[in-house]
Amino acid sequence: MRLWPYVRPVRLRLGFSAVVAVVASCMSLLIPLVLKWMVDGPVTDHDPGGVWLGGGLVLLLGLLEAGLFGVRRWLVARPLAGVEASMRAALYRHLQRLPVDFHDRWASGQLLSRATMDLQILRMFLAFPLVFLVVNAATVLIGFGILFVQSWLLGLVLLVPVVPLMILCSYFEARYALAARRAQDQAGDLATVIEESVLGIRIVKAFGRHRSQARAFRDQAQGLWHTEMRKARLLSDIWAVIMTLPELAIGAALVVGVLQVSDDKLSAGTLVAFLSTALALRWPVESIGFLLAMSNEAGTAADRYFEVMDTPQADTDGRRTDPRDDGLRMEGVRFRYPDAPAGTPDLLTGVDLHIRTGETMALVGATGCGKTTLTALLPRLHDVTGGRITLDGADIGELPVDRVRELVAVAFEEATLFSATVRENVAMGAGPGGAGEEEVRRALAIAQCDFVQRLPQGLDTQVGEQGLSLSGGQRQRLALARAVVGSPRFLVLDDPLSALDVHTEALVEAALREVLRHTTALVVAHRPSTVLLADRVALMSGGRVTAVGTHAELLRDSAEYRYLMSGDAGRDGDAGGDGGERDPHGASRDDAHDDPRDDLDRDPHGDPHGDPREHPRGGAHDDRRHEAAGLERSEAR
Amino acid sequence: MTSVADQPEQALEPRPPCGTAVADDRAAPVPGTGAAPGAAPDPFDQDVLPAPRNAQIALLRSLLAPHRRRAWTASVLLLVQQAAVQAGPLLVAYAIDNAIPQVRQGQHGALIAVALGYLACGVASGVLQRAFIRVAARVSQDVLIDLRGRIFRHAQSLSLDFHERYTSGRLIARATSDVESIRELLTDGLEELVGVVLSAVYITALLMFLDWKLALATLVSYVPLYWAIRVFQKRSMVAYRKRSTAVAAVIVKFTETMNGIRPVKAFRREEPNDDAFGELNHRHERANGDAILEMARYVVGSRLIANVTIAGIVLWGAYRVAEGGMALGVLAAFVLYLRRLYDPIDRLGMFLNSYQSAAASLEKIAGLLAQAPAVPEPAEPRPLPEPAGGIPGREVAFEGVRFAYRTGGEVLPSFDLRMPAGQTVAVVGATGAGKSTLAKLLARFYDPTSGRVVLDGVELRDLATADLRRGVVMVTQEAFLFSGTVAENIAIGRPDATREEVEAAAKAIGAHDFIAALPDGYDTDVRKRGGRISAGQRQLVAFARALLADPAVLILDEATSSLDVPGERAVQHAMHTVLTGRTAVIIAHRLSTVEIADRVLVMEGGRIVEDGTPGELIAGDGRFAGLHQAWRDSLV
Repeated sequence: MRLWPYVRPVRLRLGFSAVVAVVASCMSLLIPLVLKWMVDGPVTDHDPGGVWLGGGLVLLLGLLEAGLFGVRRWLVARPLAGVEASMRAALYRHLQRLPVDFHDRWASGQLLSRATMDLQILRMFLAFPLVFLVVNAATVLIGFGILFVQSWLLGLVLLVPVVPLMILCSYFEARYALAARRAQDQAGDLATVIEESVLGIRIVKAFGRHRSQARAFRDQAQGLWHTEMRKARLLSDIWAVIMTLPELAIGAALVVGVLQVSDDKLSAGTLVAFLSTALALRWPVESIGFLLAMSNEAGTAADRYFEVMDTPQADTDGRRTDPRDDGLRMEGVRFRYPDAPAGTPDLLTGVDLHIRTGETMALVGATGCGKTTLTALLPRLHDVTGGRITLDGADIGELPVDRVRELVAVAFEEATLFSATVRENVAMGAGPGGAGEEEVRRALAIAQCDFVQRLPQGLDTQVGEQGLSLSGGQRQRLALARAVVGSPRFLVLDDPLSALDVHTEALVEAALREVLRHTTALVVAHRPSTVLLADRVALMSGGRVTAVGTHAELLRDSAEYRYLMSGDAGRDGDAGGDGGERDPHGASRDDAHDDPRDDLDRDPHGDPHGDPREHPRGGAHDDRRHEAAGLERSEAR
Repeated sequence: MTSVADQPEQALEPRPPCGTAVADDRAAPVPGTGAAPGAAPDPFDQDVLPAPRNAQIALLRSLLAPHRRRAWTASVLLLVQQAAVQAGPLLVAYAIDNAIPQVRQGQHGALIAVALGYLACGVASGVLQRAFIRVAARVSQDVLIDLRGRIFRHAQSLSLDFHERYTSGRLIARATSDVESIRELLTDGLEELVGVVLSAVYITALLMFLDWKLALATLVSYVPLYWAIRVFQKRSMVAYRKRSTAVAAVIVKFTETMNGIRPVKAFRREEPNDDAFGELNHRHERANGDAILEMARYVVGSRLIANVTIAGIVLWGAYRVAEGGMALGVLAAFVLYLRRLYDPIDRLGMFLNSYQSAAASLEKIAGLLAQAPAVPEPAEPRPLPEPAGGIPGREVAFEGVRFAYRTGGEVLPSFDLRMPAGQTVAVVGATGAGKSTLAKLLARFYDPTSGRVVLDGVELRDLATADLRRGVVMVTQEAFLFSGTVAENIAIGRPDATREEVEAAAKAIGAHDFIAALPDGYDTDVRKRGGRISAGQRQLVAFARALLADPAVLILDEATSSLDVPGERAVQHAMHTVLTGRTAVIIAHRLSTVEIADRVLVMEGGRIVEDGTPGELIAGDGRFAGLHQAWRDSLV
């Protein structure tokens, strides 16, 4: 078992807890024996003194049983919570260091369900099924041993239903687990519909799409209803078996026992002891079915956990090289996403670009030409698949990743704020060490974040998912402040002013120009105003840089650039690349005839297994509740 | 076993004593009735919305009402089933005390009766259990689907104002995790809870019947048990609440890191994150351990009480049997019954927990459902007249419109505004000038505090939703994509559109090229691999949606912010061609967008301070002229 490294520290306690549990179970098996002794001895002999002794023994055993089970729980409670926590911390640590490709492939909900649900299952497995498979097997063996010693005939009568009971239980449990998983998936999908209808409420309202949303919701809800009913039917069958079979066996044992007592082959005390032992054994036998099912599930959980843990971390090592003042250089940079379908061309097909030290280069290109991808290559969020990028002469593929990210600061197109104060969100731009008050204020001033002064707690206002929600423009300005706070050597800005209003944009530009004067920077630009921040402009087209020059030069020489900057010139131009399929005329009307085959009147809920993000929310652990209930019961023994 | 029956009342009790007073105040649907800004604490800051007293009871009743017959059937089934289950030990007692002597005398009647009785009880308990589970599941699942549907529909009908203040996270929590905790109770806990109570009642009665003295002794044990349960409940509530807070913090940190993995990596947050996460994780570990130990303490306590009672009963019972005052079979039955009685006590604590959390959830849900939609559907909708003047656009008029938030704080002082059909109006102004509010009033996301918004002579309040949405469509800055394909996302604009129409809309807006380049073209799932869609591309999809919807009045609320110049041109071109003759309201940062407008409104502090054609305003010396000059300068 690969869990061993995590379990190792608690192995002694775990083993000891199993021993304690076996002993405690034996206590509950001994009580009926004392009872037998009392009935056959002092009670039949009318000896009140012996009764006291027997009663005392029952009391002692009862106290021991309760006490030992308490000891067992106490032994494992904290250590196993510790195991769960250390596995979770290891997962988190590992995930943070996995490449961005991995995170592109894996929805965060999928990762979260591994970090919470699967680890919880594993903890429960260590706490109960692992221990109780042993304990219950031992109890059943000892119990039946006692039964057989007392009366092999009655023992045999009771043994008959045990095997079918266990088989039926594990059969039903397996099917139930399937249905439960399905219900969980459906609850997740339902949650997705709900989440989207809430997050997209403006669109739902703007287009009056209540009805189609409601239909999508109803379909999902009904699917869930059917699965839940199926679960209930399975459960009802299990219970019918569990209720009936042992009752019948005990009834048969009673009849046989009565006959034997009447023939004086058996004492009355034995019969009483027998029946109450049988009762005590009922749970261990029933439980084995779902203990096995739960172990299976824990196996799956462990697989899911290690599936992620086994993904190799990106290579982050490298050596430092002596910098020479060379600026940023890209030579024949090629890139394709690892999950791009085979046969499609590379996204970047050989980018050559040199940004001199202290120079600001604007990057201009049609939507989807790979500008944003290129910006992700610089801090090595993705590694190039061909060619190389050098910072001051050092290949970033050979530098330690930390060093690369120390040199390069980025403001992303989508400004992500973390749940922290404004100050922390800005200061984190300077690296793990943070930034001083002075630097934060300077960065905020550059990004024109004067709105921070008006926030309830100023710099200490909580923002992000759990804090105050800021407007798009405000978030973008904070992200900009974060990028410039550490005075990085290389600065990458992805359309940094898109959400700002005209007035603010002008102010930010002015302040930013100061910063850019002595920083080597790459600025993705969609508009002339942003381009003007740069000394030179690189035009991207077809996955490569097709032209470099000043704004004026490119306006003069490149039809494509003119088109991108003013939207009207040079569709017949020389630069190719973007092409002219943008003409709204020809495209629109003639195609708009009805095609009855193409039924698009569907609701936008998509694939039933589409969004697994919701699983943790959609009822993570509840379907295990009935097992858990059983286990809680088992724990008490 | 009164202890258990008492618990439900307990859990429902904790409610603010001033509940009704607050509720009356907030139930008023009219915005703007609130006091001065920031006066009272906003009830929306809390999870539990003020609701009329007993709202959750009324909710429960209305949910159960349609299933009354099934619920009764289930109760009867459970009653009979428990009776069958509890008959077993009684038969044992009868067998020992009567059948054995009879058999000894050669009579097998009693034995046969015992055998048949046991057979009947065993089969009956199994069959009835099966029937009960099925009927109960039917009721609880029907209730759940009803409840889910109500929350969903209600959330959809509540105004945007509500959504903005209640936040999406909490609303989603109501519809998912709160419903989930009720589901847990209904499907797993409730049956157990009722079963335990019922079996306790039955067993107590049977014990009384068998031997009242021993039964009284058993009753005495209920006192410490009740006490143990109460103590456990109180302590575990604290422990579990701590744990769920701790786990929530862990989840938030985890999700945030994974969703923001790019900035995390780019800013080298891995180490600080490890530390922060380690701290939260450790806190959760402690809380988790505390909760488990709390449970352990309770189980040990209740088991101790049970075992001591059993020992006591055995002692006294055996003593009396020995003295000849009691039959042996009765003692055997007693021991068997006591085991059954105390067995489920440990679980009881757990199910009471799930009961409590379900009660809390129900309260929150009832609070949500008690919110009246601030933008209600008209009772008697009026139809829109046929478009006049041969153009598809419609005339818009704001008549004495004033808007203030419910908590106070006037956003738009009273104003009048008329936009003739087919006019393109640009609204400019700084953040917070009231541009978006104006747009939202026109889209009827809000209703004005006073005055009215009129579309071709019909007040928006009087329009049916379908008519309103055919008339007015708004495209916002956040272009949200629903899961599903790109084509499905565009077709939200008009669900009955054909693929050709969808593609035509995409082409008209210049989105066709990038969509065709996606791995599966129009059938690319936007949430799946290959679905890397940039902010600008999302905005184009949102536009295609609006184009397909083909409204009479189009509102663009900063809807071009992420577009590049060609994209913006395509949008403007589409406004001139496909959307020509529509009335359009454009809110934009960028003055290039404004150039195509017939008319410009400059807003400041909620007032329209300048109004005229772009040419007039540029020629003047007002604010717009200044802005425009700055913009021209930036173009070089």
